[in-house]
Amino acid sequence: MTNEKLARGPDRPALLVGLVLLALAATVYYDASKQTITSNYGLGPTAMPYVVCCGLVVLGLAHLFVAFREGLPKPERADGGALLWIVGGLVGLIASIALGAGFSIAITILFACTARGFGRRALVVDAIIGFVMGLGIFLVFAKLLTLLLPAGPLERLFI
Amino acid sequence: METTLSLLNGFSVALEPSKLVFCLIGVFLGTAVGVLPGIGPALTVALLLPVTFKLDPAGSLIMFAGIYYGGMYGGSTTAILLNAPGESASLATALEGSKMAKAGRGGPALATAAIGSFVAGLIATIGLAFLAPWLVEVAIKFGPWDYFALMILAFVTVSATFGDSPLRGMTSLFLGITLGLVGIDKLTGQARLTFGVPELLNGVEVTTLAVGLFAVGEALYVASKRYHAPEEIIPIKGSLWMSKQDWKRSWAPWLRGTAFGFPIGALPAGGAEVPTFLSYSTERKLCKYPDEFGKGAIEGVAGPEAANNASAAGTLVPLLTLGLPTSATAAIMLAGFQQYGLNPGPLLFAEKPDLVWGLIASLFIANVMLVVLNLPLIGLWVKLLAVPQPWLYAGILVFATMGTLAVNASPVELGMLFLFGYIGYLMRRYDYPVAPMVVGLILGPMAEAQLRRALQISLGDPMILLENPISATLLGLAFIALVAPFVMKGLNRFKAEED
Repeated sequence: MTNEKLARGPDRPALLVGLVLLALAATVYYDASKQTITSNYGLGPTAMPYVVCCGLVVLGLAHLFVAFREGLPKPERADGGALLWIVGGLVGLIASIALGAGFSIAITILFACTARGFGRRALVVDAIIGFVMGLGIFLVFAKLLTLLLPAGPLERLFI
Repeated sequence: METTLSLLNGFSVALEPSKLVFCLIGVFLGTAVGVLPGIGPALTVALLLPVTFKLDPAGSLIMFAGIYYGGMYGGSTTAILLNAPGESASLATALEGSKMAKAGRGGPALATAAIGSFVAGLIATIGLAFLAPWLVEVAIKFGPWDYFALMILAFVTVSATFGDSPLRGMTSLFLGITLGLVGIDKLTGQARLTFGVPELLNGVEVTTLAVGLFAVGEALYVASKRYHAPEEIIPIKGSLWMSKQDWKRSWAPWLRGTAFGFPIGALPAGGAEVPTFLSYSTERKLCKYPDEFGKGAIEGVAGPEAANNASAAGTLVPLLTLGLPTSATAAIMLAGFQQYGLNPGPLLFAEKPDLVWGLIASLFIANVMLVVLNLPLIGLWVKLLAVPQPWLYAGILVFATMGTLAVNASPVELGMLFLFGYIGYLMRRYDYPVAPMVVGLILGPMAEAQLRRALQISLGDPMILLENPISATLLGLAFIALVAPFVMKGLNRFKAEED
């Protein structure tokens, strides 16, 4: 039992989470130490960050400890291709909003890529559905709720 | 007497035609979204929050009440017909409910769930109406130190009761509290953890975190294990209505479930899964037909479903009277209140009685609407269940994006949404509970404010927390709740998952 564990080494996900938590604690500490405004009475704005930092350090160390014990629950194998499609769709979405392509085009990309990630093989049909959906939502928000979602050249034709 | 008057006053607000329409829309939308597999009430409320943006506070809160109850009802439909509980509180319902549906008794299962929810919701809302004014009286006497201690207790219980590892629960909670630090400190104007990004100065939106963790995280998680067989909808055969025998077997479990759900929900400990499982095991013991359990006993649906709804109404007690959210759903509802500059708590009862009592009254109305609306419309909800998975999740992501952009139309906000989504995916993968993070984000800054206020009053003496009997007791309880799981590791704890 012990040999088997030694041979396998520490649980890598747990080790990683522990290190991330410690890094996060360091970031919080660094940010708090750079603060310039202090409070004249009572606790200042730095007190809570230091408390949180301590908590994160404790949790980080606990994860390192766990990494050499039972580790984290072992997940099932993930379907990387599916994830890649969805993440791609999300990146496409952010890019189209950032570049000002407008809400409908952003939603078209998101809808088509997500549906593809979930196993549908009808990219064009899904893109059309996404486009109609995006434009519909944009118009409902603009006309009924008077809330303007990001508009591109296409949306400007309607408002 | 005073309560009855306030409640009548509340009904006069909630029964205005426009408010009735808001309530109806809320119930309809809530059920429609809640029915979709993989969407629990917390996500339903988070996704639909932006829809209520442009309404007046009273109208939108009433719509909210409808969404909340509708989401709960929709969740039980999914649990019964799909054996896919959208949240841990529906796990017990799914156990017997899906068996009943497979045996061709889906109709009575849905009916006992709906009527049980109605009975439980009604009793629990009456409990809320009469308990709240009393608790408000108590809460007025609370000092900042008492509030701080109460929040610490809530922190511990929320992270220790969700999921089955206190370490992972606390980690999730602390990630939330860390996110709560981001933004401008309200007392001094000091920017914290903003790294010079102007969008971060206002802090992290609770809805962005909740939608990211729940919606995007869930979509990624489901996609990552897509090669597993998809769920099958069990068709409803036979009568929708409960037989005389069904009624006879259902009424006692409804009442017992309510008796479990409401007090446990109303405690700052929160969590709906404990009362549902308590109710399930109690019904199993008391049932006259014990061998039916595991094969579709109607008591196993009636009891837990009543407990679930009663505890949902119960969580509104600390939320409305103390401003203390004890579940992910309550945290998002609190964010909804804050969106209108309303701070739930004793003051709200004094300053906006119309609004608070209108909300409580509309909980009654929402309950009635649910029963009237849902049993005839069950065919429509079943059709919603049949939406193909790719379109369903693509649609969920579209709605998530829409909601985020409606709150704050910037690419940075979207980036945060997807970052939280990815974190949510990893947390699901490695079995970290997600709800404590949401609670930590909203409760962290509140706890900090109360602590600083307390220490200002005591001129910096931290002993004030231990010198006051209420805060000392609450902190003691929190300490016990934190240490107990480690001391009694062998103790049989409820294994709980959440949406």
